[in-house]
Amino acid sequence: MSNITPEITLSARNLTRRFGSRQVIHGVSLELKRGEVLGLLGHNGAGKSTTLQMLTGCLLPDGAEKNECSIEICGIDLLRQPALAKAHIGYLPETPPLYREFSVDDYLIFAARLRGMKSGEAAAALAQTRQRCGLEAVGRKIIGTLSKGYQQRVGIAQAIIHHPDVIVLDEPTVGLDPAQIREIRTLIRELGDSSSVILSTHQLGEVESICDHVQIMQHGKLIYGDTTAGMASYGGEPGKLEDNFIRITESRP
Amino acid sequence: MIRLLALRELRSLFAMPSTWFVLAVLQFIFAWFFLARLEAFLEIQPQLAQLANPPGVTITVAAPMFNTVALLLMMLVPMFTMRLIAEERRNQTFALLLAAPLSGYHIVLGKFFGLLIFLAALMAGVPLMLYTLALGTAIDHGLLLSNLLGLLLLTASYVAVGLYISALTTQPVIAAIGALAVLVGLWLADIGAAAEDSPWHLISPLNHFQNFNAGLLDSGDAAFFVLFSAVFLLLTMRRIHNNRIYG
Repeated sequence: MSNITPEITLSARNLTRRFGSRQVIHGVSLELKRGEVLGLLGHNGAGKSTTLQMLTGCLLPDGAEKNECSIEICGIDLLRQPALAKAHIGYLPETPPLYREFSVDDYLIFAARLRGMKSGEAAAALAQTRQRCGLEAVGRKIIGTLSKGYQQRVGIAQAIIHHPDVIVLDEPTVGLDPAQIREIRTLIRELGDSSSVILSTHQLGEVESICDHVQIMQHGKLIYGDTTAGMASYGGEPGKLEDNFIRITESRP
Repeated sequence: MIRLLALRELRSLFAMPSTWFVLAVLQFIFAWFFLARLEAFLEIQPQLAQLANPPGVTITVAAPMFNTVALLLMMLVPMFTMRLIAEERRNQTFALLLAAPLSGYHIVLGKFFGLLIFLAALMAGVPLMLYTLALGTAIDHGLLLSNLLGLLLLTASYVAVGLYISALTTQPVIAAIGALAVLVGLWLADIGAAAEDSPWHLISPLNHFQNFNAGLLDSGDAAFFVLFSAVFLLLTMRRIHNNRIYG
């Protein structure tokens, strides 16, 4: 949004989280620079969604009061000044948070205004976002009547409409057809030029085509982090990302 | 921000066919009751006229009507409050609000005022009907205003309770039953307590409404409604904060 935004847009230190007696996240630290796309990989239940929820302020990490951990968005402490920091975040949860009785346009305007945009700005942002996400034809339709793919696109649109510096996408391409997946990947790549994107996914093809960096999560810990190219040549020999992913996750029980 | 959220709430309400249905049915019930009271009044009016200081139309028609509306509200408000937070959590749209640059009080007050405005519109038919009496007779504006104010405060306190219970669960139906149980419970505690000075009377919103209903503006009653609503709104904010802690 401004020219003097610091280079590091997101930095999280030592995030831990337990649900009841079960510790699901063990000391996760992440750092993201402007113009970077980070892919968060991992098996089901590895803690990806929980981590993303903490990064967006939907869930507080344990020990937030005792200063044991910190999350900074563009240099603003998310845990101390949540309202200020959250204005820089765009978040698409696992289930897109859609008001099904709204029309696409109304919903996106609401999402933009919710992040503090004025109505004039919001209208301009709406036109741009609709075009970016391929929603021109469905602007007046009621969200509940749209197909899953379109709903997912509306979900992505609400996360980017206010031009956030950090975009957090939880499995953005779920439920899309191959042509749409390609469009969305191009879009994410594009977003990665001006903002930072962090996305969780199961699809290694996605990582290969859009991510600069990869972090692999297992049992609530980050077990591997490298550039995408680095992961492709894991263990000295260039191979398929998929094989390397399995080798990495199996080598650390 | 609060206005934006309140408008969102209103919009969602009016997008549902069931809202319009409830609106229509209630206007019908209100009108039915109004006409029945009016007929009864006209029948006994000749006898009333022989009294030295006869009760007017406002106290014989308007006051009982407001009392009925107050009782109806007890069943009506939980039907609307149940959706406020429980449904957002169930549909997972709550994440949109949690991840937005808002504090808990924006969310809570936005929802509270949104529904309060809707319920005020829903009940607007009652004073309008009563004011048609002004065409034929003099009406007691003071009594009407005190009833209207009382009804608004009573609605606010019911909405606050319903909102809090809606924040406790992810199932709208449970939120509705819970809120109904609390409101009916408070009412039963009030009418069940035999002693005139029983403390049970003091905690019942409906009991505090009785003074307004009789045209008596007591700052103590008004303070009760404000405190009662504020306590539940604060509890709701607390609950939303805890939601971030416990997931």
